[in-house]
Amino acid sequence: MQKQLSMTQYFKRYLKRCITGPWSLICGLSVSLKYFFSPRRIVTEQYPENRKTLKMHERFRGRLQMIEDADGNNRCTACGMCERACPNASINVLATKNIAGKKVLGRYVYHFASCTQCGLCVEACPFGAITMSPEFEVATTDPNDLEMILNKKEGQG
Amino acid sequence: MFAPSVTHPIGDFVREWVPRLAEYLPASIQSDTLNSVIAFLINAVICIIAVCIVNIGSAPILIYMERKVCAHVQCRLGPMRLGWHGTIQTIADVIKMLFKEVYAPSGADKLMFYLAPLIVLIAPFIVCALIPFDKNLVVADVSMGIPLIIAVNGFGVLGILLGGWSSNNKYSLLGALRSGAQMISYEISFAMILLFVVMISGSTNLMSITMGQEGTIFDWWIFKIPVLGFIAFILFFISSTAEMNRAPFDIAEAEQELTGGYHTEYNGTPFAMFYLAEYIALITNSALATTCFLGGFFPPCIGIDAVDNVLKMVPGVVWFFAKIYFMVWCYMMVRWTFVRPRVDQLMDFEWKFLLPVNLVLLVAGAGFIVISG
Amino acid sequence: MSLSLPPGFRLERKSNTEEFFINMGPQHPSTHGALRLTLRMDGETIVELVPHFGYIHRGMEKQAESMSYLQYIALSDRQDYLTAIQNNLGVVIALEKGMNVGVPLRGEFIRVMLQELGRIASHLVFYGCFGGDLGGQTCLLFGFKEREMIHDMLEEVTGSRLTTNFFRPGGSRYDVPDTFIPRVKAFLDHMEDTMKDYERFLSKNIIVLERSIGIGVLTKEDAIAYGCSGPVLRASGVNFDVRRANPYSIYDQFDFDVPVFHNGDCYDRYKIRIAEIHESMKILRQCVEKFPTEGPWRSKEKPVRLPVGRYYSEIETAKGLYATYVVAATTGEKPYRIHTRGPSFPHIAALNKMVQGHKISDLVTIMATLDPVIPEIDR
Repeated sequence: MQKQLSMTQYFKRYLKRCITGPWSLICGLSVSLKYFFSPRRIVTEQYPENRKTLKMHERFRGRLQMIEDADGNNRCTACGMCERACPNASINVLATKNIAGKKVLGRYVYHFASCTQCGLCVEACPFGAITMSPEFEVATTDPNDLEMILNKKEGQG
Repeated sequence: MFAPSVTHPIGDFVREWVPRLAEYLPASIQSDTLNSVIAFLINAVICIIAVCIVNIGSAPILIYMERKVCAHVQCRLGPMRLGWHGTIQTIADVIKMLFKEVYAPSGADKLMFYLAPLIVLIAPFIVCALIPFDKNLVVADVSMGIPLIIAVNGFGVLGILLGGWSSNNKYSLLGALRSGAQMISYEISFAMILLFVVMISGSTNLMSITMGQEGTIFDWWIFKIPVLGFIAFILFFISSTAEMNRAPFDIAEAEQELTGGYHTEYNGTPFAMFYLAEYIALITNSALATTCFLGGFFPPCIGIDAVDNVLKMVPGVVWFFAKIYFMVWCYMMVRWTFVRPRVDQLMDFEWKFLLPVNLVLLVAGAGFIVISG
Repeated sequence: MSLSLPPGFRLERKSNTEEFFINMGPQHPSTHGALRLTLRMDGETIVELVPHFGYIHRGMEKQAESMSYLQYIALSDRQDYLTAIQNNLGVVIALEKGMNVGVPLRGEFIRVMLQELGRIASHLVFYGCFGGDLGGQTCLLFGFKEREMIHDMLEEVTGSRLTTNFFRPGGSRYDVPDTFIPRVKAFLDHMEDTMKDYERFLSKNIIVLERSIGIGVLTKEDAIAYGCSGPVLRASGVNFDVRRANPYSIYDQFDFDVPVFHNGDCYDRYKIRIAEIHESMKILRQCVEKFPTEGPWRSKEKPVRLPVGRYYSEIETAKGLYATYVVAATTGEKPYRIHTRGPSFPHIAALNKMVQGHKISDLVTIMATLDPVIPEIDR
């Protein structure tokens, strides 16, 4: 792979390397020592001890949630745009008819297990009824927890 | 035959009390040889326990220290959860490792497979028995200490080769063969540096080598010989790193290339033995470096009486362990800084660089001794 | 005695000593993803290498036949997951050609800034993996430590660290928040100091030089013949960068150099990526200065419908030339077919040529400097 060197070239390179070699290693060691002796540079966080001060960015895409006010009213009209926008069918919008015969939201079934948290449903919703919450501690041991119904009562549209 | 070999007061104490207690035995079996044999055996057991405590007790501390040093170089904190700042972490890891299933892969040579980790453990323990921890704290004050150390290092090679060969795994074989070549080559460099130490101190007995460094910090062999001592120390550092199969010379277990090398197929207690052997070798090599270059158990006196008296009040053992841990820290910093050379470059480094430099060093050292008388 | 060779091996047996076959399987600490390499070894020397792909094939192109365009943008994140933001742009530019929409200036600046941040992020992974694969595991942590700052910025802007799903035809999904430009400035200042440290750590280290100079030489002709692109091609002496040859977005308005080296060995591929980090930082500084403080970031939102036709886009990702080919058979929201050309496939194909005669340690070095991402090959 490397071209053949003459004897003098070999010795010159040998002697040069006796100086540059250890010097380069010392430079590398100086970087290590610099990082070892400066604890200000520690970048890791001690989770879960710092949970109280932990705040996600507002655009963070955690779990899907339905925006509801204190009485449980939501803005969903069961149009089904979110269901069509989802790449892997994680949303099922089950509509019913209310007393007046108008189509309203019955149950908003959300399969969290298959959700990729891409946010296309939020983008597709024309009424702003759903949003991605900044909740990230969503691990659970019971798979039934991952099938969620997001609305508390049937919607009015 | 059973001449007293343990010089510590505990040894004398045992030798004094065994004949007294032996008077309670029936008269027919009482004899001097029996007394000396029993005294020797009791002394030997005490020594074994002491060496084991020093080594096996230090291994969890060293493993913890390695993880912390590694973490701080990488701008993180390391184990923090178990115990205060993660101090109990190693014990938890050891318990976990001991509970793992121990099995040999199919086609493996079972006897060699299980024997290999035990063989690797032999050398560090023997070397540890030779090292003087304090003026009267040496297990075996052998007159030919240095040649014995050089001879015993071969067990490490044997253990690794056996382990790699008997695993019936191509990666293990590659790792073992690489390691065999590496350790045999670097033993030469290791031996030549120790030869340099013998030359400048005039004796092969480790206690005499240490006693030759009595005095101030500038009497330590690393400083006493102006430039050559320091160069010899660096070369010893490199050779011993290679002897221990530690990074940057850990081609035998190069994780990125060989997924584990010679210890790929090991798990549970045999793996713990390999792991333990590496850390015990670390302690013993650091102890050897301290004895030969850094003044052994002498405090770093500067020559000012007031400071020296304070320093001398601290027992020699404490100074010895402080120096050992400093050396261990140096080994660890080097491990987490440098990348690994390729196999043939490693051999090139030894045969084309270290060996000539060692020879030049020996000649220069001899010249220095002749000139300075 | 004729030895029946495992599938894929072609060379005739030349040596007198016994050869053996080793498998660096899909689970290995240093193959960059789930890649299986079968090696034919003569002692420690590699005689031939056959890679096997498909361990992470997820059928993305098949899925694209039943997804809409927007959904495919979300899926394209998962191809080269180290720079998902760059994959998004590749798809979106093809869609924009079909929909015939332009992007306002602020939107273009946002695109360029995020692209260059993604490039720096990918090259930091390269730096980490290069040092890590060579044995200095500290480098791995160093590379990822700086990447965390980029992830934080990406999370603030797009909502997600890795699977960004951010660009849309006509602009991007959101505008950047006000804190973005100050954060980029702080990041650039931090990176100037840190890159000095990192270069001191590895660039002149004699062990690194010994292990990478002259190793894995890819000649200019071979690089072009195999279809390599990106840093691998430029390290072999070919001055081809899509940002200069076929400019997209507003790259022609920025002043940056395209580093080219001529030896084609591992050290050149390392040097070129470090140089590219510096060039990206240069572009980012210019973006930060010239960033339009007001203006739309997205042209008027329309439903994503492409007329019948075939649309092609190529961009320069950190790994090389990333091309998207969209075939729309009906005017609508779903494609007939979307094909992506990932840059890592030719690199792995060229691996056989580069590695013959070297040792296993060199194989690891060469793989690290090619910087492949296997999910991009398997899709």
